[in-house]
Amino acid sequence: MFAAQAAGGSALSFPILTTLVLVPALGGILTILTSNRRPESTKFVALVASTVTAGLSIWLLSSFETADAGFQFVSQHPWIRDWGIGWHVGVDGISLFLVVLTGLLFPLVIAGIDPHHDHKRYLGWMLVLEAGVMGSFISLDLFLFFLFFEIVLVPMYFLIGGWGYDQRVYAATKFFLYTMFGSAFMLVGIVATAVLAKNSLGYVTFDLVQLAEGAEFAASSGRWLFMAFAIAFAVKVPLFPLHTWLPDAHTQAPTGGSVILAGVLLKLGTYGFLRFGLYLFPEASVWVRPLFLTLAVIGILWGAIAATMQKDLKRLVAYSSVAHLGFIVLGTFAFTSQALTGSVMQMVNHGISTGALFLLVGMIYERRQTREISQLTGLQAVAPIFAAAFMVVMLSSIGVPGLNGFVGEFLILIGSFGNARWWVVIGATGVILAALYLLWAYQRVFHGEPDEDNKSFAELRPREGILLLSFIAPIILMGVFPKPMLERIEPSVKALVAHVETNVGRGFEFEKKDIAPVVHSGTNPSETENKDDEGHGG
Amino acid sequence: MFAAETLTGPSIPWFTLSPLLALLIGACVLMLGGSLLPQWPRGLYGIVTALSAATSIVLCFFLWDNLSDGRPETIIGDALAFDHFAVLGTISICVAVLLASLTTSDYLVREGEDGPELFVLYLSAAIGGIVMVAAQDLIVLFLGLETLSLALYVLAASNRRREESQEAGLKYFILGGFSSAFFLYGIALIYGATKHTNLGRIMETLSSQQAFPRNDVLLLAGVGLLLVGLAFKVAAVPFQVWTPDVYQGAPTPVTSFMASAGKTAAFAALLRVSVTALESRVDDWRPVVWVLAVLSLVVGSVLAVTQTNVKRMLAYSSISHAGFILLGVEAASHTGSASAADGIASAMTYLLLYTVLVIGTFTIVGLVAGRGDSASNLTDFRGLGRRRPALALALTVFLLAQAGMPLTSGFVAKFGVIRAAVETSSYAIAIIAMLASVIGAFLYLRIMVSAWMEDAEGQDAAPPVPFLSGLAVTAAVAFTLVVGIVPGWLLDATRQVITLAGR
Repeated sequence: MFAAQAAGGSALSFPILTTLVLVPALGGILTILTSNRRPESTKFVALVASTVTAGLSIWLLSSFETADAGFQFVSQHPWIRDWGIGWHVGVDGISLFLVVLTGLLFPLVIAGIDPHHDHKRYLGWMLVLEAGVMGSFISLDLFLFFLFFEIVLVPMYFLIGGWGYDQRVYAATKFFLYTMFGSAFMLVGIVATAVLAKNSLGYVTFDLVQLAEGAEFAASSGRWLFMAFAIAFAVKVPLFPLHTWLPDAHTQAPTGGSVILAGVLLKLGTYGFLRFGLYLFPEASVWVRPLFLTLAVIGILWGAIAATMQKDLKRLVAYSSVAHLGFIVLGTFAFTSQALTGSVMQMVNHGISTGALFLLVGMIYERRQTREISQLTGLQAVAPIFAAAFMVVMLSSIGVPGLNGFVGEFLILIGSFGNARWWVVIGATGVILAALYLLWAYQRVFHGEPDEDNKSFAELRPREGILLLSFIAPIILMGVFPKPMLERIEPSVKALVAHVETNVGRGFEFEKKDIAPVVHSGTNPSETENKDDEGHGG
Repeated sequence: MFAAETLTGPSIPWFTLSPLLALLIGACVLMLGGSLLPQWPRGLYGIVTALSAATSIVLCFFLWDNLSDGRPETIIGDALAFDHFAVLGTISICVAVLLASLTTSDYLVREGEDGPELFVLYLSAAIGGIVMVAAQDLIVLFLGLETLSLALYVLAASNRRREESQEAGLKYFILGGFSSAFFLYGIALIYGATKHTNLGRIMETLSSQQAFPRNDVLLLAGVGLLLVGLAFKVAAVPFQVWTPDVYQGAPTPVTSFMASAGKTAAFAALLRVSVTALESRVDDWRPVVWVLAVLSLVVGSVLAVTQTNVKRMLAYSSISHAGFILLGVEAASHTGSASAADGIASAMTYLLLYTVLVIGTFTIVGLVAGRGDSASNLTDFRGLGRRRPALALALTVFLLAQAGMPLTSGFVAKFGVIRAAVETSSYAIAIIAMLASVIGAFLYLRIMVSAWMEDAEGQDAAPPVPFLSGLAVTAAVAFTLVVGIVPGWLLDATRQVITLAGR
């Protein structure tokens, strides 16, 4: 398939990114091929594949050059020459933590959450899903990205449809069709981008870096192209008013599916905006800025208000996702390095905390066979440790200082305040509403006296505790000491902001000192990025 | 009698015709051997057919090689064209014969009707189709069309025990007869306008502007009627009404052959006639193709969703696929643009890939439908994932490919035509096509839901998978995935079909 030849990396001569996709993909195939009579071998294969991937992603994190803004661990091979399509992968500060999050989340879900039936197929789809998500985050070729973006649908569709709850088929189909609807525009957009770029580049290529750095689009066509991409990402995020698939998909998905969906899948949309929206069409993304800021704010409020009114705990968490992702989009379209750094961090934060919330809701359902808030009461009295875990995760989701959610949300708000003031003012009420709906839900579910049904609610089991701990530890760690993460995200984000600013010809940074040297020294930041790429390109 | 020596016939390049001859020999062997010898061993008829198709494919590869050294040319007194386009079309049709004969063999054994007749009809239909693909003259094209169609009428009605099959055959025959009449009338009018039936001559006549009036009613009416005839054969909306009934009623392997070989032949003919003979009149026929494409895409996808019979669903989906291929034809009509050739290449690639896909899909449908070919409702697919996981997985691959999911050949096909459309700045139609494919995806999802996510009540019997059908399905799945993952070689090859003979 994609010959994994030696490729250049900043510190590694080993094509680690290619391996990150191949290991789960092959693991998935192997899982399907294991014998039906030995279920433990199936799980073993799946665990090994996902753990190896996790190990590789940790290795990736440790070998990442902190101060380097460009793409690292790049590996590039031609694939379909006739169409100018190549296997071009790499990570920078924006994608690094999403890759690591993906790598770490999957083994936890595979090890910790029991699908109850058809383990073999479930695990096979999980690993295929992991390969798809990994591929999407590392692709630096438009065609390749589309391919992974689209292929992700298939395993997720089967996971929701095969292992979900009562309305699973409806939810899975809705999920599939909504996302495919967006992709329909994106595919035409991708092809049109490559074709139109031929005018300025002289050749047809789908390579993201070449297109972003070399191609020039007429303002109007750039805007059309951006919109074609944006529809796909807006569905995936999901942005109001394209969000209606999300509550259904989340509620009906099996716990593992929900965790993955919230954890990494939604990030494909917000990541797509950064990587393929802002980077590729800076002019157009500035042009649509008011629209997307407005949609983001509507999403924040809509998600929060809808969450407040939910009777189903899982649906509540799902709507809270809509609100949280609104914040991420708000930060994205602020175009300041602070807000963008906050957005990237918030993507990871949301992945961890909402993933953990879904996990907890799943545990409640396992015990009580219901997720109705009105059916649950007084759980704190019978399961105090469980309640404490829920509390920590919930506070992280609300964005309480000291936990991870605060850092990201704060950076977004402060970074956007300078140039998107009124949107921020309205959007910030979402923070308060988040406290409202989550605390109110907590109060109804955990406080009070447990009734007959809830008396026998089982306390957290050790296995579940370990699983939750692996979510709670980073929640606290990232909240108290976010610096290692921020300093890896920031260079790439700054380069992206500078790329937008030089292409648009105006500054967005609230504090001008960040970009002042760049502007005065007269160097083109995109050149710096280019140079880096060449340094690592294989 | 006239002096024979004054009539010098055109020289006949026998080797160039060898794929046709291989099929013809196969047909003769089957017909003679089948009637003179006692009943052959089980499945042998099918194997002989498959072998002659395979021989034909191998010969095509040689011809392809020869062509790469030489130039495209017209043969037998300009009656047939010999170019990569024709060879690729021939390969597609022979692949259809090869796969369909394998599955038909099992079908006939299952129905207890093993005999040579269907196979002879396949081979003669294929000969007709290949003549259509290569026809450089409208009369030759008509001969090919009739050879193909007559064989298909009989094939559709070949299941004597099922009323639906008879009905399908009769319907197809009557409507097909109409369309042939339109087609022939179109030829007559074009001949009246240009004094030629040869595509090359017509092109020359039409492109000499001063000699030929721009808006010749005779010519335009002729082109219109010609398009009606061909649009009927490719099942483009609004000439699609026969498709669902015929596809549903015909024996499933026959349906698969009709959907693949029939479509390939008609599309190749449409492409060749429109981009050679009518090259200077693109502005006249492009809007027609545009409308046909949009209608086929939308109507095909939307109506597919409301069906409950899988064969009917796939019939509508084949209409929607025809819309996609018409996208390539539309792109090919932008002769001013350098990318027009991509339209031809992408449409032909689509046909080859779709041939394999559709036969694979219908084969599985036929296997599930079981004895009497009757159980092809959506509900009959329930629990297939549990009863026959491998078969359900293969079906899933085919359906995802038809929906255009990446890493399958269906995506390569779709991407090709979308790319051709975008390159010629036909953005609107490209977006309509993609949206139609989203609607279409719902249909494939419904079948997958039935197979994987719904449980059968009291249906525990796993449909038997005979060897030859299994072989055909495996080969089709392998092809679908291989082309999906490494499409480079195929695209390199199909790039060459853009030079048509005599243009």
